[in-house]
Amino acid sequence: MSMRTHIGLLLALLATAPAVAAADYVAIPGGVFVSALAVDGAAARIAIEPFAMRVEPVTNAEFLDFVRMHPEWQRGQVSSLFSGPQYLAAWQGPLTLGPDARPEQPVTDVSWFAARAFCASEQARLPSWYEWEYVAAADVTRRDARQDPARNQSILDAIQGSTGARPGAIGWHPADVWGVRDLNRLLWEWTGDYAAMFPNADARVPGAGASLALCGGSALAFADKNQFALMMRVAALTALKPADAAPRVGFRCVRDPPGE
Amino acid sequence: MRQPLLSAIVLALGLVLLGAHAAPAGAASVKDPADLGPPRGAPIEEAMLAPPAVPPPIHRNYPARVIVHLETREVVKEIADGVRYDFWTFNGTVPGPMIRVRQGDTVELHLKNAADSHMAHNIDLHAVMGPGGGAAVSMTPPGHESVFTFKAMRAGLYIYHCATPPVPMHIANGMYGLILVEPPQGLPKADREYYVVQGDFYTTGAYHAPGLQTFDMQKLLLEQPTYVLFNGREGSLTGANALTSKVGDTVRLFVGDGGPNLVSSFHVIGQIFDNVNVEGGTLVNHNVQTTLIPAGGAVTVEMKTLVPGTFLLVDHSITRAFMQGALGQLVVTGPAAPAIYDKVSSGPVASSPAAAPMAHAAAPTAAVNDAMADGKRVFGQICAACHQGNGMGLPGAFPPLAMSDYLNANPKGAIGIVLNGLSGKITVNNTGYESVMPAFGAQLSDDEIAHVLTYVLNNFNNKGGTIAPAEVKAVRAGDKPR
Ligand code: HEC
Ligand SMILES: [Cu+2]
Repeated sequence: MSMRTHIGLLLALLATAPAVAAADYVAIPGGVFVSALAVDGAAARIAIEPFAMRVEPVTNAEFLDFVRMHPEWQRGQVSSLFSGPQYLAAWQGPLTLGPDARPEQPVTDVSWFAARAFCASEQARLPSWYEWEYVAAADVTRRDARQDPARNQSILDAIQGSTGARPGAIGWHPADVWGVRDLNRLLWEWTGDYAAMFPNADARVPGAGASLALCGGSALAFADKNQFALMMRVAALTALKPADAAPRVGFRCVRDPPGE
Repeated sequence: MRQPLLSAIVLALGLVLLGAHAAPAGAASVKDPADLGPPRGAPIEEAMLAPPAVPPPIHRNYPARVIVHLETREVVKEIADGVRYDFWTFNGTVPGPMIRVRQGDTVELHLKNAADSHMAHNIDLHAVMGPGGGAAVSMTPPGHESVFTFKAMRAGLYIYHCATPPVPMHIANGMYGLILVEPPQGLPKADREYYVVQGDFYTTGAYHAPGLQTFDMQKLLLEQPTYVLFNGREGSLTGANALTSKVGDTVRLFVGDGGPNLVSSFHVIGQIFDNVNVEGGTLVNHNVQTTLIPAGGAVTVEMKTLVPGTFLLVDHSITRAFMQGALGQLVVTGPAAPAIYDKVSSGPVASSPAAAPMAHAAAPTAAVNDAMADGKRVFGQICAACHQGNGMGLPGAFPPLAMSDYLNANPKGAIGIVLNGLSGKITVNNTGYESVMPAFGAQLSDDEIAHVLTYVLNNFNNKGGTIAPAEVKAVRAGDKPR
């Protein structure tokens, strides 16, 4: 309860803050973890180099600033190679958010190309799948909470509890042990290398996006079969071509440590 | 770092690659005797009906192109009275609409995923011969549509389902239905056809815990469902929604089991299946009491309804029928058939001689006799299915109406029970029951309810009394706002 009022206050402050506030990033130390995705049919330890991750997903307000500065990414101007008809569909106009896209909500309906361009504009990049998964394994107190059924159930509850709704506001759930918010519950997030999940290296080939589409296929592709929310995420992403956009798919950016 | 991931997926799905990418070039396919040649005539748009409706039989003697439109939708609906659940569906219903084609038809399947979906979805039809049964070519993000074609090569009754990871969850949330591939000569004529699919559901709250329930992953893993249901909702086939037939009609049921986990011991209480297409295939068995439906399987059963009354559709793993919702009704109307089935007086004559039941009532006039006969008919057709012909009920499931202290303490209260149903804990003759009696208000007239209650009160060693149609009418009017 006190958490919520606190965050509400914070949000109110953010909303009145000057438009081009620099986003918060937190340092994520490198490490080794076991991905839920199988590598050559088995669980595998993955080494992660240190990087910094955006504390929160990119919001509508931030993306509006971005398209103001980069008109080539405005709805109606963006090349059809880089976005489809759903691009920013919930916005009232190319430069108007409107009632279905509040400023503090995460931006969704953005193509992978647009997400990548946004991150580049703040000297960052999209995370790799493993970077994203490494951080998302945490909960409020543990770096890797994935074997806790209660944690997994609570993520499923949050996802299913919002059926039919667009992703809500950011920050209603406490930050995880890294200081990162809303990785698991709110929306699906693009990763830079998501196309590598396709069997065909060129993800733009229509009909090639069927990688995990089979009962048997998905049983083989996941080393940890208890991560249902993660499976949904992988399915949601693999169904998309890079120019596609979907109401629940947004993104956040990461940065390499300085001096690299 | 990217490489191992890529190769893992390639390994896992090598089969898909082979199928999906080797096929398009090859026009010279193997000749299969079941292949009736290329589609002819104008394409046919398949009617998409909500269950338990079945698309009409096919009277066609050539292979056609059949266009099927499915849309995956995530919808919050009631799973039981007062209990809501977040279903994932084909076309908004559980099961999705039944598809009916003819062997040799080419099906052009359009799979749309509603724009407000959270999940990607796809479809695997067991009638398809090809990698993933269609799943490999139909993964569809929200707001998109996939189209693929397949030829229905083998006659039979098949499940279709979503096969998007996590597959068990997509199925547990209701993503399944049936596709019937008729043999070239069609199916024998049946007077009535219905469509039923059993599924197991895993909610975080207990059975009948009210409000919005979410999917419970641990119960799924333990294969301990909260609900086992026909057509995705408790009561979808009972009361006003009961299946119907007439004496002398042939009823054909297309019954599937979507799972995800349980197999069904499908049985209709008081009926014998004349014909069963075992496992949905071409082998026909006769005179079957209970038929096994595998999860991800289906069966066609045919039965002749010879006797009027209410017949219960159950999973005869019977706890599921009485404790988890796997109960439907087939109501047969028409003239009684005493030569086949007759109740030989089990009322006051056969039991305690002390009771003189009619003493409480006025001298039996013609009208009373008519009312009593009508009450007996209604009792036999509806109440006896659960409370049994002798009114003794079934221990643990249905309370007795015979010598029921509960009923006799407040006979007028029974009006509301029949009109609106009854659920929750009750005690009858010192035994506790916690079950559900469906509402019959929509199905029975004021007269019928008055007659059946008067009949019950004056039989089975009860204390007697009369319920007038006007009293039923009053309760019905008063209860309207409920
Ligand atoms: C589908 C099964 C079913 C049918 C059909 C059915 N009942 Fe019931 N009935 C029940 C159950 C179960 C209860 C107990 C409900 C509970 O536990 O709260 C019950 C309770 C009752 C009670 C109160 C308890 C008692 O034993 O006195 C009465 C009276 C009653 N039913 C009358 C009828 C009458 C009359 C009919 C026919 C019009 C009928 N029922 C049809 C299942 C059924
Ligand atoms: Cu699905």
